[in-house]
Amino acid sequence: MSTLLTCENVTKRFGGLLAVDNASLTVEAGSITGLIGPNGAGKTTLFTMISGFAEPTSGRVMFEGRDITALPAHIRAAQGIARTFQIVQPFAGLSVHENIAVGAYLRHAGRTEAMDKAEAVAREVGLDAMLAQPAGALTVAGRKRLELARALATEPRLLLLDEVLAGLNPSEIRDMIPVLQAIRSRGVTILIVEHVMQAVMQLCDTVYVLAQGRMIASGAPGEVAHDQGVVEAYLGHGAARKMQAHHEAKS
Amino acid sequence: MRTGLPVSLVIVVALLAALPLAFTANTMLNFLTFVMIVTLAAQGWNLLAGFGGQFSFGHAAFFGMGAYAMAILQVRYGINAWLALPLAMALGAVVGFFLGFLSFRAQLRGSYFALVTLAFAEVFRILANASSFTNGAAGILVPLKTSAADFQFADRRWFYWVALAFVALVLALTYHISRTRFGAHLVAVRENEEAARALGVDAFRTKLKAITLSGAITATAGCLYTQKFLYIDANLAFGPWISVEALLAPIIGGMGTVLGPLAGAMMLLGLGEVTKSLFAMLLGGSIPGVDLVVFGVLLILCVAFAPQGVMGAIKRFSSRGAP
Repeated sequence: MSTLLTCENVTKRFGGLLAVDNASLTVEAGSITGLIGPNGAGKTTLFTMISGFAEPTSGRVMFEGRDITALPAHIRAAQGIARTFQIVQPFAGLSVHENIAVGAYLRHAGRTEAMDKAEAVAREVGLDAMLAQPAGALTVAGRKRLELARALATEPRLLLLDEVLAGLNPSEIRDMIPVLQAIRSRGVTILIVEHVMQAVMQLCDTVYVLAQGRMIASGAPGEVAHDQGVVEAYLGHGAARKMQAHHEAKS
Repeated sequence: MRTGLPVSLVIVVALLAALPLAFTANTMLNFLTFVMIVTLAAQGWNLLAGFGGQFSFGHAAFFGMGAYAMAILQVRYGINAWLALPLAMALGAVVGFFLGFLSFRAQLRGSYFALVTLAFAEVFRILANASSFTNGAAGILVPLKTSAADFQFADRRWFYWVALAFVALVLALTYHISRTRFGAHLVAVRENEEAARALGVDAFRTKLKAITLSGAITATAGCLYTQKFLYIDANLAFGPWISVEALLAPIIGGMGTVLGPLAGAMMLLGLGEVTKSLFAMLLGGSIPGVDLVVFGVLLILCVAFAPQGVMGAIKRFSSRGAP
């Protein structure tokens, strides 16, 4: 597999706050890569730097071998990077169809082509029944799908998903997982920030763990879940040792 | 344009074109012409604010630029009015581009952008009022030459039809834009600029394009004003009255709709005139500014009961009636 995206020693400082500290990650083409970590770890900040909404204080972001660190968001979208927002941002006054078409216009200049493309994408994510509805009328699950559909309509090579499963109930999550798998299987690489561990375990080939701005572990999801540092990052200092002791006492 | 214009637009323009055949009184023709001029200014505002979400309080800057350019080019440089018209429009576009470049580059949004546009218009007004180039507070009188070759018409109906032709052109242009990629980008920027950028929309360029076009359209209204009344001064050309009417008409008519500015200007100015003459009839004398009271009441009613304006109300009403 070839490398699609690399973050090299990326740092982001907001005044005195070090939000992302020297973080590096690699996303292989065709993979689903996960980015997890406790709240406030800097996952979304790292995402904004990959998608072009913020520039890193230092470090580089490389996409398909090119340095894209200084490029604005809309150019990165044109180069094939699409993102969704953790807090959904629908164009509330527009219909679902028109919402998705805004994304489709990136590669289709004509209205007919863009609207057709939007309809095809809506079918892929299961929004085709709501095309004519105003986006403001969608449920949370519907809005999450709309975020996904708009991003997909730009025909990205790399899809950045910022907690698309957050706020969904278990059955909605179960419905969404095959959608994401289908997107990957037609060649779109995915980098996903997610708190829903069941989904991370099921979907990801590789997982990176960010805690307090630093990358503390990476590897296959199974390995990472048992990493001492990761357990401590989530549950507090000494937690791994206590759990170990607890297990030993029981056996 | 591949898609034909909707029938409703054609019908509206045809009806408006037929109006002078039914109403031949000079006051009526003057009124209708004035409505067309305000509509044109409002159409410019609607493109930028109604579609693009960038609220300007200073469209007088473009209107006045068009009006003064039209007058100065003719009076000072002896340029034919028909040649002065495209030059004045281009100047309006340049002012739009310049204003847009400065404020959008500085990422001004919402009320900050509105205040900057207001400041621009006021600066222009003060300069035009003081400078000898614009003939200061005395204003500029365009010599009367009643011939079509000089963009002046002996028959008032002809001026009305010319003004209507401009309005119709912008109606067609607006409709066309609403169905193109540029139109979709503009609306996306209005709804959520950040999300639009994530989808590959160059928000800066989109807004710049919109304000440039908007400047040219509203400047055209200024040109027509000069040719209609043959006199302008700083308060007529750059005064806040036109900024206010350019934004009130689309708000009342329906922002971001093709017919909104026309519907709004008709209603606004129509009711204003009716009230003025009613008061004149009842009290035997006119009360200056009573039409402004009507504007205020209309705005309040609109905000409270028809936030989507007249066009929105029509849409709601017709979709309720549909099976």
